Amino acid sequence: MSQYRDIIVNGLWKQNPGVVQLLGLCPLLGISNSVVNAVGLGLATTMVMTFSNGSISAIRNLVSHEIRIPVFILIIAALVTVIDMAMNAFIHPLYLVLGIFVPLIVTNCIVLARTDSFAAKNPVLPSMLDGMMMGLGLTMVITLLGALREVVGKGTLFSGLDLAFGPAARAFVIHVVPDYKGFLLAILPPGAFFGLGLLVALRNWWDLRSKKRAAQHLPAGLAQGVN
Amino acid sequence: MLSSPYIAEQSSVSIIMLKVLAALVPGIAVYVWLFGPAILVTLTLASVTALVLETIAVRLRGWPAKPFLMDGSALVTAWLLALSLPPIAPWWLIVVGTFFAIVVAKHLYGGLGNNLFNPAMVGYAVLIISFPVQMTQWSAPLSLAGAHLSLLDSAQYIFTGILPDGLKLDAISSATPLDTLRTQLQLEHTVREITRLPIFGNLGGTGGEAVVLMFLLGGLYLWLARIITWHIPAAFIAGLWITGGLFHISDPDRYISPWFHLATGGVMLGAFFIATDPVTGATTPRGKLIFGAGIGILTYLIRTLGGYPDGVAFAVLLMNIMVPLIDAYTQPKVYGHKQKEPAE
Repeated sequence: MSQYRDIIVNGLWKQNPGVVQLLGLCPLLGISNSVVNAVGLGLATTMVMTFSNGSISAIRNLVSHEIRIPVFILIIAALVTVIDMAMNAFIHPLYLVLGIFVPLIVTNCIVLARTDSFAAKNPVLPSMLDGMMMGLGLTMVITLLGALREVVGKGTLFSGLDLAFGPAARAFVIHVVPDYKGFLLAILPPGAFFGLGLLVALRNWWDLRSKKRAAQHLPAGLAQGVN
Repeated sequence: MLSSPYIAEQSSVSIIMLKVLAALVPGIAVYVWLFGPAILVTLTLASVTALVLETIAVRLRGWPAKPFLMDGSALVTAWLLALSLPPIAPWWLIVVGTFFAIVVAKHLYGGLGNNLFNPAMVGYAVLIISFPVQMTQWSAPLSLAGAHLSLLDSAQYIFTGILPDGLKLDAISSATPLDTLRTQLQLEHTVREITRLPIFGNLGGTGGEAVVLMFLLGGLYLWLARIITWHIPAAFIAGLWITGGLFHISDPDRYISPWFHLATGGVMLGAFFIATDPVTGATTPRGKLIFGAGIGILTYLIRTLGGYPDGVAFAVLLMNIMVPLIDAYTQPKVYGHKQKEPAE
């Protein structure tokens, strides 16, 4: 069981694709201007990663090393097309907002990175879990970034919820700061870079602090090895 | 007996910064005289905010605050930013701009000496991108304004947004000459017609041209005091003037005289006080010429073909990015060495 726990901890925290590996940044930066957009694209990516990792793991012994990348990409592309069409059919308004970023999941390097570095070497079940956890780790960061940018930029949270759940959901939009003038920079691309930079800094600071704490609890001779 | 080197005085960062501040004073005095005292409120607010933020940032980094506050660089940044903003801008605009200048552009990049981008111009760019409406409310020159704001009235308007009874914003504000030129050109008026409007003075804008002249004189003082060299300002002004001149010759009805461009907006402030920042500017003599000329040309292009009222800030930031490249290619040859190794 510890193997599964490691996969979960890696995906969500230790090897988080958003703030540690810094992979898959194009959609992360491009679409994280509101919570709804961020969750939508994050979950779509998670689905793709779960199933691409699963299916590639299943055929890993049939594909020769030299041609593995094109084969992986073809499988990923097929899965993305399925997700793309499903979103087009069932949550059309959100699909229109996300636009080109849904098909672009194919080129998102975190998807290929996980298939090549994990699914190609591991059995099906752990691979699917890895894809899912990496996807959720990315979703977590992208959602946090989306919330940050939306609150600072527009003073709201969950605006555009009606795109996913129909007009009734408009009542759930939270106006964090009433009568807010808007801070356009946070919505524009520079805001994504500033926001991600702050999140990465926050995580590094957290890591540093917990390392220091761990060092304090160890006997003096061992403490140097930790740092 | 004295022996070489003969250093007349000890130069330190704080003395340089004090001289820079002193060189800005005549410009500010004329500004107050012709546009009213609101700029004093903005300058004070920006200075206080900058010093507070600098203290917090330095403390957070675990350094003693006093030497960093005494070096005066935060004050220079605050003054340059405040002078680039509309004097009757709301208080939060100044605070946000100063925050981005001091905390983001300076301390997040490693503090004074490590920052890639000119802090004051980063603050300005953030504000013009985020709050275009507030950034275009400029004070009207007193000779054209319908009403005058006292120091207290200005402070009240900046902090609360409330004007004295019966006064409208229109009475005390006006578009800048650069804004007027842009909107009137879009209405298919010719330059000759536009420059008859009262906001246009002899060379630049009414009132504004005198302030610009004072900044020029302050800049010349900095040059004579050997705080800056002539390269960047001269290349900046020449680049702007020559590009503007070429456009002007090609179609005088559409492109205003290059002298106007020199006498409006942030050109003199930018050429002598902002682009000459020793941290973010080029350092080699030839590099400084390229750096300055680039800013001049870009300023003209952004003003004339771009969508923003003044191009100095963006031009400076764009050329800041180029500095490492420029410096790498313009290293002067070491005395006694040949420029290139002979081919074997």
